[in-house]
Amino acid sequence: MINKFLGFEPDKEKLPSLTAKIGDDIDLSSHKYQKIWLGPNHPGVTGNMSVELWVQGNTVVKAKTHVGYLHRGFEKLIERRLFVQGFPTSIRMCVAEPDTNEYLIATCTEQLSGYDKAVPEMAKWLRMLSLEMARLQGLLRGVPGQGGTFALGLGVQWGVYLRDLILDRFEELTGARVYHMYIIPGGVRGLLPDGFKERMEDNLRDIDDFIIRIRRLMFHNSVFKKRAKGLAIVTPEMVDKYGIVGTTARGCGVKRDVRKDDPYLHYEQLDFDPPTDTDGDVYARTWVRWQELIQTVDLIRQIMAKMPDKGDIKTPMPNVLHWKIPKGETYVRLESGRGEYGMYYVTDGSDKPRRVNLRGPSYTHAIALLEDLLVGADVADVHGIMVSLQTCPPEIER
Amino acid sequence: MPFTAWSKVVKEPVTIKDPLNREAAPRYRGFHDNDVDECIGCGTCEAICENEAIDLVPVDGIETKDGDSGLRPKIDYGRCCWCALCVDICTTNSLRLTNEYKWIDTDPDNFRFVPGVDKKDWYDKKDGWRKPEPNYEFYGLKRVEMGELHPEERDDSFIEMIQGYSKEQAEAEADRCVECGICTATCPAHMGIPEYIKAIRNDDLEEGLRILYDTNPLPEICGRICTHKCETVCTMGHKGDPISIRWLKRYIADQNPSEKYKKILETDKLTKNGKKVAIIGSGPAGLSAAYYLSLLGYDIEIFEKLAEAGGMMRFGIPEYRLPYDQIDKDVNYILSLGVKIHYNTTIGKDITLEKLNEDFDAVFAGTGLHLGRSTRIEGTEHKHVYQSIELLRKITEGEEIHVPEKIVVIGGGNVAMDITRSLARLQKIKYGKVQVTATSLETEEKMPADREEVVEAREEGCVVNPGWSPQRIEIVDGKIKGLHVVQCLSLFDETGNFNPQCNMKNENFFEADMVVESIGQGMDLSYISEPTKEHLEMGPRGRIKVNDYFQTSVGWLFMGGDTIQGPDVIHGIANGHKAAVGIDNFLTKK
Repeated sequence: MINKFLGFEPDKEKLPSLTAKIGDDIDLSSHKYQKIWLGPNHPGVTGNMSVELWVQGNTVVKAKTHVGYLHRGFEKLIERRLFVQGFPTSIRMCVAEPDTNEYLIATCTEQLSGYDKAVPEMAKWLRMLSLEMARLQGLLRGVPGQGGTFALGLGVQWGVYLRDLILDRFEELTGARVYHMYIIPGGVRGLLPDGFKERMEDNLRDIDDFIIRIRRLMFHNSVFKKRAKGLAIVTPEMVDKYGIVGTTARGCGVKRDVRKDDPYLHYEQLDFDPPTDTDGDVYARTWVRWQELIQTVDLIRQIMAKMPDKGDIKTPMPNVLHWKIPKGETYVRLESGRGEYGMYYVTDGSDKPRRVNLRGPSYTHAIALLEDLLVGADVADVHGIMVSLQTCPPEIER
Repeated sequence: MPFTAWSKVVKEPVTIKDPLNREAAPRYRGFHDNDVDECIGCGTCEAICENEAIDLVPVDGIETKDGDSGLRPKIDYGRCCWCALCVDICTTNSLRLTNEYKWIDTDPDNFRFVPGVDKKDWYDKKDGWRKPEPNYEFYGLKRVEMGELHPEERDDSFIEMIQGYSKEQAEAEADRCVECGICTATCPAHMGIPEYIKAIRNDDLEEGLRILYDTNPLPEICGRICTHKCETVCTMGHKGDPISIRWLKRYIADQNPSEKYKKILETDKLTKNGKKVAIIGSGPAGLSAAYYLSLLGYDIEIFEKLAEAGGMMRFGIPEYRLPYDQIDKDVNYILSLGVKIHYNTTIGKDITLEKLNEDFDAVFAGTGLHLGRSTRIEGTEHKHVYQSIELLRKITEGEEIHVPEKIVVIGGGNVAMDITRSLARLQKIKYGKVQVTATSLETEEKMPADREEVVEAREEGCVVNPGWSPQRIEIVDGKIKGLHVVQCLSLFDETGNFNPQCNMKNENFFEADMVVESIGQGMDLSYISEPTKEHLEMGPRGRIKVNDYFQTSVGWLFMGGDTIQGPDVIHGIANGHKAAVGIDNFLTKK
């Protein structure tokens, strides 16, 4: 095919290989390649880390990820604090969905101290509600945000407004908009305020409307389709090889969802089926997330309908100032908006954890997988690929 | 669909119209407020703060007093993360976060402030984060129940009624402590209470015993009958039950066998310094002084008027509250350090105070209050009108006392309850039933006796009928018929002086064959003979003047215990300890 800009087809034989891999010798002095850096500024969720790109023309031939720009040692900070003092620090490990961190740290301490069976019913439902609300606000930003990376900014404005309404609900339920600090060891920190369900339902109706509009705006949009289709394809063979989870795995037909595979809280009482697609490209992943948006709204409605009206919010536990947990280790996981999100937690009988290790999807998605998927991509699509892999740098650098 | 993007053009904008005046949710975690009158400065907020954003600082206008450190939390908004753990753990519920979240200031120093003291605009906001409800606590509010004998098991015997904590119970109770140290400040002996409670949590009872003996050489005794001012001020008492500090102390002492004391406390070999100190009286003050002086290397000789050591602890407090073998455990350990004791030796009769001065380098007198006081109403001269203190002593000595079928006790203090309950036991043994009535000037709420004493007395069948002023004892044909009383309205006048006011129209009559007066005790200082007395400076209310180290104006004579402070055991112990330091300073010319 004749290149319409050049007017002729270049002889690719004379150009350097486009399949250079990490470690290959890329001779910058040959002037056939250029090296550019993406980040580390903060252009959005793809910031806070840096991708070193070797490009030939517009095409990426090699990519190397660099993290370490926002490392604040959260795991170590938690290891130097009492068990109850961990949750305000933990939420900083993934700001996009802070509640997941609270749930993990609370459940780890409960399992190791034997209080996991004692968590009140009411608290379990409220935990589920806050986790699904966190997923919803993440999707309200993430689904239109994928369009944003391809210069379709309007959907982001719609989504962020609705996300703010969900943050209003978080504010009245938990006392804060972003750093909720709601799930603590033993339970949660408050019952539903009066009229919460009605206000939530109002918001959900707005979101129902948004879901239809964003479908028309994004998925019927030829530019979005053209750029997202066939971009950064994840094949089912890659899923186990790279440790791909969540909607990224489901986008290529591998149904992975911790809520179904290893149900926690009361997810087995909810009626849902994780959506999947087959193509494994950016479009498929976004499409799965759009379906998950519908499903999350439905799950919140189910939770609000099934949860008890009243009950204890916290189980009686030892004095938090002297609380010691016997020697032990555990791994607790949940399905975050980005996939399986887990915490490895070790206690040594003292009043502080011996080791806290957070394992989030970005650790593989945004390092090993990203480096390989970027090879051959257009420079303009790098952000789009990073967002489609739900890159969250704070969760890489705990 | 190109028109989708235009679909909201004609819609009302969704942006907040007046973002500067947007009210946050009622539960919002905004800026701090503190009810400084409710706050006692326990510092638990400081302990829980994961960012070390809170410091306890002195505040103008708030004085340090019993149950209040005088400090208030100062928040550093450069560190605070608004997690509100400080609010959730607050032991008085005084701290809260308002729902105000906007604050602009040009002076960075203003962002470190004392909530409730430094003026801020948001204190009038009622909404904000308060401790969640229901059943949301960071510590146990209820104390671990103490096992005790049922009334029917105890009302005819002098067996100890409080059974003591088991290991699990003690550790559960110790877990409730927040280690604020308000108790330590209030305890007259300033015992390391949070530290020994921590030793219980760590199951290190030997360390616990060492901490007890740092400040109190009578833990078995104090662990049973201390007036526990620590518990009165305990910060946990504001929302729940105070920590059972007294029973926890007893638990440590009970669990350590006396044979091991010397090893644990490292008192196997004490180096002597060759100086001698005489101690008059083997009550708490005398024993405490003896113990701490022994540790300093002094040779100690105690002179005791009665046949056994312990003073009022043995001869005033009934056995069901303080068994004699427990007194012996504490006393014998002190004597095992080489302390000599001369029983049945009265100063002023068997040996003069001046002779002690000649033979010893210094003298400590803790002679206590062993004289009964009388109401001096009509009829008190009758032979069956007794003083509680003499009856209690006789019961301890095993002497037979007069126990008729109907008895009235005048007095509302702990000693009155002691004699009431002791007589009830003797009646139960003798007649199979109890007919003792205790009456006091003070009303039920103001009775000075511990609440549990009153409750337990009633459980044992005694009648406690407070709020009456005794008028006269009716005597017919030489026999007591009963006590006439009138309703007492108030005890003190406006100036705070003791001046009971009565309603003479509301009379009552308590039938009795015997009346016991228990309205306080006086001191007997007749052993201080003229040459010394001349140089003794007196203080207010007939008490002898002493300095901070309990040294009288006669340099070699130190005094402490009930004659100076109190009256209670823990003041005696504290006085004895301080006097020991004073004596050491005096004799080493520090």
